[in-house]
Amino acid sequence: MARSRYAPDRGLTARMTATMFLLGLVFVVFVGLIIGIGAASNASTAFIVLLVVVLGGGMLIGSLFYSDKIALRTAGARLVTPQEEPKLHGMVDRICALADMPKPQVAIANTDMPNAFATGRNADHAVLCVTTGIMRKLDDAELEGVLAHELSHVAHKDVQVMTIASFLAIIAGLMVRMAFYSEIFGGGRRGNNNQNAAMMMFAIMAVSIVVYAVSFLLIRMLSRYRELAADRSGALLTGQPSALKSALIKVSGDIARIPSRDLRTAEPLNAFFFAPAMSLRGGPSLSKIFSTHPSLERRLAELDKVQQQLSGR
Amino acid sequence: MGFLDTLLGRTKPVQPKLDDLFALPSAAITLDAGAGFRPTGSGSVCFRSVEGRSFSDVEKDVKDLLNVSSSNEGGLPVEITKDSFGFTWLVSSHMSDELEALVTDLHAVNSALVDNGFGPQLLCTLVAFRDDQERRLALVYLYKRGTFYPFAPLTGERRDNALELQVKGVIGDDLKFEPDLGRWFPVWGAPGM
Repeated sequence: MARSRYAPDRGLTARMTATMFLLGLVFVVFVGLIIGIGAASNASTAFIVLLVVVLGGGMLIGSLFYSDKIALRTAGARLVTPQEEPKLHGMVDRICALADMPKPQVAIANTDMPNAFATGRNADHAVLCVTTGIMRKLDDAELEGVLAHELSHVAHKDVQVMTIASFLAIIAGLMVRMAFYSEIFGGGRRGNNNQNAAMMMFAIMAVSIVVYAVSFLLIRMLSRYRELAADRSGALLTGQPSALKSALIKVSGDIARIPSRDLRTAEPLNAFFFAPAMSLRGGPSLSKIFSTHPSLERRLAELDKVQQQLSGR
Repeated sequence: MGFLDTLLGRTKPVQPKLDDLFALPSAAITLDAGAGFRPTGSGSVCFRSVEGRSFSDVEKDVKDLLNVSSSNEGGLPVEITKDSFGFTWLVSSHMSDELEALVTDLHAVNSALVDNGFGPQLLCTLVAFRDDQERRLALVYLYKRGTFYPFAPLTGERRDNALELQVKGVIGDDLKFEPDLGRWFPVWGAPGM
């Protein structure tokens, strides 16, 4: 009887669930506090809160809808046809046929920085982009591993998940700014009522800052788990975890050596990159909780598990 | 993919659909009558090999199995080739009137992989045809979709789209054809064509 070699990783599932639960909890607490503060204050505060939510929602939908175009523009990439890049298209064709998913558009960014990313709001509007640097650095099997990792991001709908997860941080960030400005411009007036409103604004600002900080850390954590999940699915898809491992080693080593000035332009796209483009200063433990990608050692260790799973009798 | 799978970032490996392959021999008769293409007797199975001992053992078993069956019938031994994308092709060659035996061979490869838990590694299977003007045509079966599509390579990396669409018109009702033209991906230089 057929048996599956492709059991899900329970540990990873549990950690990801816990992170998302915490993120949801922070969101509920945040909304509760804002509503509480809004109810205790006057109409103008409530209006500001409403405005922020509408604005934040608009930004969310906009960034989801145009994620592919924004990302391609930011990375300076252009779409390529199968005639221009038969090899790359052939690889993508085959991985998509193995995974039974629609083929994304394929783009190339002309930069020496070895990297790759996939974006787009769903599998039908996805774009897969590789840099000329990564195509030069990696051999065919390694590049295939990287493509499978990126296509796993598409299959997992990571752009949607991460955008929705960022909603809280967007709202909290906007709230801080709005409260700050209304403090400045509303500060000229005097009177007991306005004094009260100023206190409310201050409370909203304080709550928002805390929420922003906490949700930021949780989003980063979630991003790291999504990377591990994509590594895992990608390696299972091609059946070659060691090719992905050697790609990771090559790419991470090179990125660390490139001067950071050149890389700063790539920073906003970080969450969707194959390997993070910018390394944080500070102690190893501090940079760990701030980074969007897990450490190389962690990723290699997880791929070792996949290897054992696939070769088991 | 379900909502929970999306939330947890996991993909269920897609299991291959094998049964539709057996519709091929009857469709081949229609293809001969309608377009003048006859099977060459060779076909191949393409899969992505997995690193590690357990997969190479399965691969070896399959090869031995097919060689025994073909030597019993006085046929040619199976060939294993690796293409430039790192995929493995197992080519089985029969006489041109033995399409049923060929399909049985191809199916044996599928079952061996599926039984050992490597079903998700199957990519496609291909059966070659020729007409009187020696034009080449292959019917490609996509395991994950359970659908067929035609592939007619010309010289260079160009394909005869007109012929492919004509073939679809002739046997479109006999076989489950792939409706999404975006998934008719080319297999240039596929062994067994």
